[in-house]
Amino acid sequence: MVSTIATVLMWIVGLSMIYVLYRTINGHPIERRVVFLYIGLAIALPLLMQKTAPVPVTADVQKLVDALDELTPGSKVLAAFDFDPSSAPELQPMGVAFMKYAFKHDFKVIVMGLWPQGPQQANQAIEDAMLDPLIAEKNLVYGVDYVNLGYQAGAEFVIQSMGSDFKRMFPLDDRHIAYDSLEILNDITNFSNIDFIFNLSAGKPGTVEWIQIAVDRFGAKCGAGNTAVQAPQVYPYLRSGQLTGLLGGMSGGAEFEKATNEKGQASTFIFAQMISHAMVIAFIIMGNIAFFMTRKKKKA
Amino acid sequence: MRREIPLIITTIAGLVFAISYFIPHWPFVEAESIFGDWIAIVQAFAIWLGALNLIKVSLEKIYRKKEDAFYSGIIIVCLLVTLGIGFYDGFSGGAQSSFRDTGTTFDWLYRFIYTPLTSTMFAMLAFFVASASYRAFRARNFEATLLLIAGFFVMGGRVPLFDLALKPFTDVPYFSEFAGWIMAYPLTAGMTAIMIGIALGIMSSSLRIILGIERSHIGGA
Repeated sequence: MVSTIATVLMWIVGLSMIYVLYRTINGHPIERRVVFLYIGLAIALPLLMQKTAPVPVTADVQKLVDALDELTPGSKVLAAFDFDPSSAPELQPMGVAFMKYAFKHDFKVIVMGLWPQGPQQANQAIEDAMLDPLIAEKNLVYGVDYVNLGYQAGAEFVIQSMGSDFKRMFPLDDRHIAYDSLEILNDITNFSNIDFIFNLSAGKPGTVEWIQIAVDRFGAKCGAGNTAVQAPQVYPYLRSGQLTGLLGGMSGGAEFEKATNEKGQASTFIFAQMISHAMVIAFIIMGNIAFFMTRKKKKA
Repeated sequence: MRREIPLIITTIAGLVFAISYFIPHWPFVEAESIFGDWIAIVQAFAIWLGALNLIKVSLEKIYRKKEDAFYSGIIIVCLLVTLGIGFYDGFSGGAQSSFRDTGTTFDWLYRFIYTPLTSTMFAMLAFFVASASYRAFRARNFEATLLLIAGFFVMGGRVPLFDLALKPFTDVPYFSEFAGWIMAYPLTAGMTAIMIGIALGIMSSSLRIILGIERSHIGGA
């Protein structure tokens, strides 16, 4: 019912754009507040429509999935959550999908954060992943199958120190348990004992620092999920092969969910993002039509 | 000595980090680890310093009864309440627990107050971007037109918008592939050039700091 109403309203909003175009062409552009209203509706209504959009899996995402597929059960995976709640709509679905994939494939997951809020976002991702019946029945144990090392101040220097000794930076985990008491960390000294690093990043310190230090200097293998704003900064590392796959923005998350058969929030959110992009593109076109018509009139 | 000692520390630390990258052996690696620990400690103190500075600035505003003194009061109250709850959850949880654990009051604050507030602030960008694109994103000249075209295809191609429009004719995601091409080649080329430029700038600045030529970080000219 809600979905139907939202669909009807969305059509009405879409059709009303013709009136906006008419006004704009006649030299009466709509107010800023009306633009805000249109964007608000273009994001909110599609979320209520509960629809998904068919995303093609791009090569950058497939590379990451292929690299994860190569890992065997028991592989040690380091998941670095370097973001805060403001970027969570884009990055949290990636985190949940990654955790689901890792737990279903019996990877040993070590979580940490170079941002203070990162470990808490990781806890939420683990919690959401645990809701999956297939994962719940595995009865995963903290300290044996996964661990949260918490936050450590020092940004890229934390990565640098972890290159020689993890324990030096994390003598205790997030729950104040000694490093040596955690079974999962028994045979982990530095990056040479880690099979794959997955970094979720919204800025600095983030993917660039992980590549420059963990990958370039210590030879670790790293894949990443970035916000759409940050993704362009890491493309050069992707092309050079230093970065093993990239999930860029909401579409990257939706593609990852599709490639790993873990339908989640990104698959729903991408529809809302698609409609809002359509709205912004429509506004750009209308603005330019008005601009050229005004210029033509002035010349005449 | 107030100027010389920081300069000597800067020079030694800078040289150690630079040399240990190329010679990862004793004594440089050990020295690098020590300096790494120092940095972590200094940054941890910086967080406290930031919080104390925030309290100081806010208290000053309240004391001088400035226009936004009310909001400064809210900042202090929120900071102290969050801090207090964090400490309480941390100490009352007992062994093998964290103040961040699910079910703690701190976790409730994080999920239901902090998360919506920061998400709202970030989400407001979408509204400003849309408004700016309607009012200012014009094909005024060649460069602006190029940017407009690239933006048009990337915005439509990074989500399955244009490919859906093409669906009745073909299943090949041409627009998605074209957006991917823009990201993989023109964007990467531009970004690489910018990164090389930034790296060269950082190298020259670092060298000036290590050699003591640049002294603005210790209050010099």
